[in-house]
Amino acid sequence: MNKVINNKAWWLVLPVFLLVAFSAILPMMTVVNYSVQDIFDASTRTFVGVEWYQQVLQNERLHDSLLRQFIFSACVLLIEIPLGIAIALCMPTKGRWASACLIVMAIPLLIPWNVIGTIWQIFGRADIGLLGWTLSELGISYNYAANTMDAWVTVLVMDVWHWTSLVALLCYSGLRAIPDVYYQAARIDRASAWAVFRHIQLPKMKSVLLIAVMLRFMDSFMIYTEPFVLTGGGPGNATTFLSQTLTKMAVGQFDLGPAAAFSLVYFLIILLVSWAFYTAMTHNDQQR
Amino acid sequence: MAEIRLQNLAHSYSAQPSGAEDYAIREMTHVWEQGGAYALLGPSGCGKSTLLNIISGLLSPSEGQVLFDMREVNDLSPQERNIAQVFQFPVVYDTMTVFDNLAFPLRNQGLAESRVTSKVHEIAEVLDLHPLLHRKARNLTADEKQKVSMGRGLVRDDVSAILFDEPLTVIDPHLKWKLRRKLKQIHEQFNITMVYVTHDQLEASTFADKIAVMYGGQIVQFGTPRELFERPKHTFVGFFIGSPGMNLIEVSPYAGGVCFGQTRVPLAPALCQRIAELGGQSLKLGIRPEFVHVSDEPFVDALRGEVRHVEDLGTYKILTLELDGVTLKARLQEDLPVPHKVAYIGFPSQWLMVYADDVLVEVRP
Repeated sequence: MNKVINNKAWWLVLPVFLLVAFSAILPMMTVVNYSVQDIFDASTRTFVGVEWYQQVLQNERLHDSLLRQFIFSACVLLIEIPLGIAIALCMPTKGRWASACLIVMAIPLLIPWNVIGTIWQIFGRADIGLLGWTLSELGISYNYAANTMDAWVTVLVMDVWHWTSLVALLCYSGLRAIPDVYYQAARIDRASAWAVFRHIQLPKMKSVLLIAVMLRFMDSFMIYTEPFVLTGGGPGNATTFLSQTLTKMAVGQFDLGPAAAFSLVYFLIILLVSWAFYTAMTHNDQQR
Repeated sequence: MAEIRLQNLAHSYSAQPSGAEDYAIREMTHVWEQGGAYALLGPSGCGKSTLLNIISGLLSPSEGQVLFDMREVNDLSPQERNIAQVFQFPVVYDTMTVFDNLAFPLRNQGLAESRVTSKVHEIAEVLDLHPLLHRKARNLTADEKQKVSMGRGLVRDDVSAILFDEPLTVIDPHLKWKLRRKLKQIHEQFNITMVYVTHDQLEASTFADKIAVMYGGQIVQFGTPRELFERPKHTFVGFFIGSPGMNLIEVSPYAGGVCFGQTRVPLAPALCQRIAELGGQSLKLGIRPEFVHVSDEPFVDALRGEVRHVEDLGTYKILTLELDGVTLKARLQEDLPVPHKVAYIGFPSQWLMVYADDVLVEVRP
């Protein structure tokens, strides 16, 4: 039999390809373009190879904010994931209270980042902010504008306040998908509450937890607005995270070459860590 | 090991039941004796699973008592009742190996690890799970998972009872037969009370010594498979057990028997008297297709009917007959002559049942 080879169907991919090209590939290639050249204006440019990359990889300031960034994301994950799971386990399963809880949990997710920053900036002030005033009345010294630790904790608490709901809601949906018969079987088998959590709830929540971990990692690794609104990255450089350093470099100092090189490194770091999380969490599935 | 007694038990899922329809289980008193192998047979939605969950303690009955060896256990949890239950769909602990799954209930009991190992191997032997013991339970097929599920129920031998809720639904037919045999063997070996819920009469009669037939939230008959077949106490039992089910004909009484159309069926005087005592209830005459006497030649007191359809099922034939406007089924052995067009029909009196409002009319001895 003669098989007619016809690859015309590939043309159907064209619209999507064009869309992706304009929205993702071209902007990204622009960045690549900047990262390997020194561009002054439309007609003046020199190819510099990996020079910008070498420069940013040796930049002390970037090293510092990268380290801060990793510590911050680790703290976010270590607090938000267990806290989200705990909240999901405590939420009522049906009735009016379940709906009420869901709505309350969803509210922080609807508030824009810069509003969150402003809320906490005012909330934490000792003169007009409820939190700051209460703490100072209690005799606890708290000043996010001057004290490194206070600023750090404030940004962390802000993020936890903003995003733990997301983890909790994802876990809640995972928990609701477990059929009742699993709990019944566990009761028959005399499983302890811990065993139910360890052997039923946690394994069944795994896929939503994977999504939660990835989203929270990527988001927290790119945090910009909240510390910027709160202290502008201060005091000193205490809450200057990667994206703020990058913005300063690109928009403040107009070092487009090094900024482009660093953007790509930044992108690769997120890709690498996300891949590592994914591989680690799905590793067991392949075992026989 | 225990005798399970249900005393005036009733259950409703609604908080304020207003009528009989609101009850999943209507008031019943029933005893499952120690060491028996029982089947609970009935159509979907008749309350079988509800009853099972009440016995195991997963559900608390709204009325009445559950007694284990005459001790009330209404407020005890499944753990305290020490009961094992196997569910319709397989439940395995995904992250554990098959071995750990089987060991799980024993370890929760605090059994010594050496005892756990020997018990698990014993049950794995019975269920042919040995080659799978060190595999993760997640990657098993549906019937392997169900075997693991069953294994977890069977591994504890000190339990009051083992309850099975249609455990073989997801299992291959040839394996079904094997597993039923296994269950029977396990029952004989350990002498544990077993209650087996099913909607399959064959499954019920091969597993159980006694079958409880449930219909509309009630146990309508409790007896051996033979009793259910020969003397159904309720038209539902007659209809549900046997293939095809019992012939049921609406009849009205006359002096000396019952009649439909022009056909008169004489009955024993004692039975006629009993029917007269009961008064104006809806009466039905029931006879199993196996017991309808069919011949191609006239005989004494034969009724003349027409043959509508013959179905050859190999070792026997099923005849569809019409008698005075009523359709009847009769089961004929393969070696008997098959009547053409006209059949002469007889109803042997010992197999004739009369039902008043669907309940068997019995003559007091």
